[in-house]
Amino acid sequence: MSTMQSIRKALWDENPGLVQLLGLCPLLAVTSTFVNGLGLGIATIAVLTCSNILVSATRQWLRAEIRIPIYVLIIASLVTCIELLFRAYFPALDRSLGIFIPLIVTNCAIVARAETFASKNPVVPSMIDGIGMGLGFGLLLCAIGAFRELLGHGTVLSRLDMLFGGAPISGLTILDTPFLLAILPPGAFFSLALAVAAKNVIDRRRKRAAGFRLSI
Amino acid sequence: MTDGEKPVWSAGLILAVIAAVCTSLVALTFAVTKARIAANEQAWLEQSLKPALAGIVYDNNLTESHLTIPIPHELPGNEPVLVYRALLANKPVAALFVVTALDGFSGPIRLLIGITDQGIVTAVRVLSHRETPGLGDFIDSARSDWIDQFERKSLSAPDRMSWALNRDGGDFDQVTGASTTSRAVVKAIKETLLYFEANQEAIFAAQ
Repeated sequence: MSTMQSIRKALWDENPGLVQLLGLCPLLAVTSTFVNGLGLGIATIAVLTCSNILVSATRQWLRAEIRIPIYVLIIASLVTCIELLFRAYFPALDRSLGIFIPLIVTNCAIVARAETFASKNPVVPSMIDGIGMGLGFGLLLCAIGAFRELLGHGTVLSRLDMLFGGAPISGLTILDTPFLLAILPPGAFFSLALAVAAKNVIDRRRKRAAGFRLSI
Repeated sequence: MTDGEKPVWSAGLILAVIAAVCTSLVALTFAVTKARIAANEQAWLEQSLKPALAGIVYDNNLTESHLTIPIPHELPGNEPVLVYRALLANKPVAALFVVTALDGFSGPIRLLIGITDQGIVTAVRVLSHRETPGLGDFIDSARSDWIDQFERKSLSAPDRMSWALNRDGGDFDQVTGASTTSRAVVKAIKETLLYFEANQEAIFAAQ
């Protein structure tokens, strides 16, 4: 499978959030703004890519009876490192994401990729798989974050300074009367449901269009 | 032991090696980031203390001048309270209290309250809270200017009886639909002012 194909698969056909519905706890909890989604997305991509590389590099020693403790060791250490790095270089974002950086440990998308892909494939494809799956998850976080921020706070791209430094950025205010429900927990479920539904509609249209072409 | 089956100790060895590698990775990252994290936390503390001292001229290092008031005390909350003292030429000009209001709508509200040596509130800032987003988070100065109404207020202006919400017969505005949150903040500030009035000398004299 080519690199492009496997990235496409990770971003759309097998998107960890939209299709496999993995890692929903952080996805639902932190996506109240775009910058939170972006921050957790970057952290997840970093952890997923490094854990895939490490699991793949050690796969010849991975025996069935000890593979799970090894995944746990690798993922937990990586997450701890990422947390320390965030605290050192993005302190504001670290405060905003709070417990959800350490909780990346419990994101089943990561252990799932270690088990189903990295433990059976060489290092480079595993790295590409990690980047792709991480991107698929991160983009979904950003999309849901932006959607909920627009509806719930009425702003776009607020507080980007937490990630990139500089003076506080309040973002563009689009809506004057925000729709509060969007940033409350139910809003997270509704937004994810809308995203999954939108993907299914697009897939069905495509399939129908392809079938129509075939019948001609 | 049958063919192809490896001894148990080799599994233990692999685990031990990987555990050692992972632990060193974490230790290395910790060593590299330690100084930066400490500096960030220091800067964050200074930065969050500053807004509560608006308009006060002081020349000491706030973080070096703190004292802890142990429980039991008459301040809000059930934890020891941190007090930072602002000095100008070694004379006390203001005190900063970090108190916890426990009677908010959901969870504790940590407040930073600045009070001058005259017993006047310089400013109040919310350090952390768990109030409902969009409803109870107006107490955060980033969300609304509600908290600014306490600036330059003291126990004599308005008088003691008026340290309450409008709807309770007092002088301070509440936010409709979130009066529990508003009431908790007003009560915490009033209790802190009362404590400061009674203990001002001890607070400034303590080493």
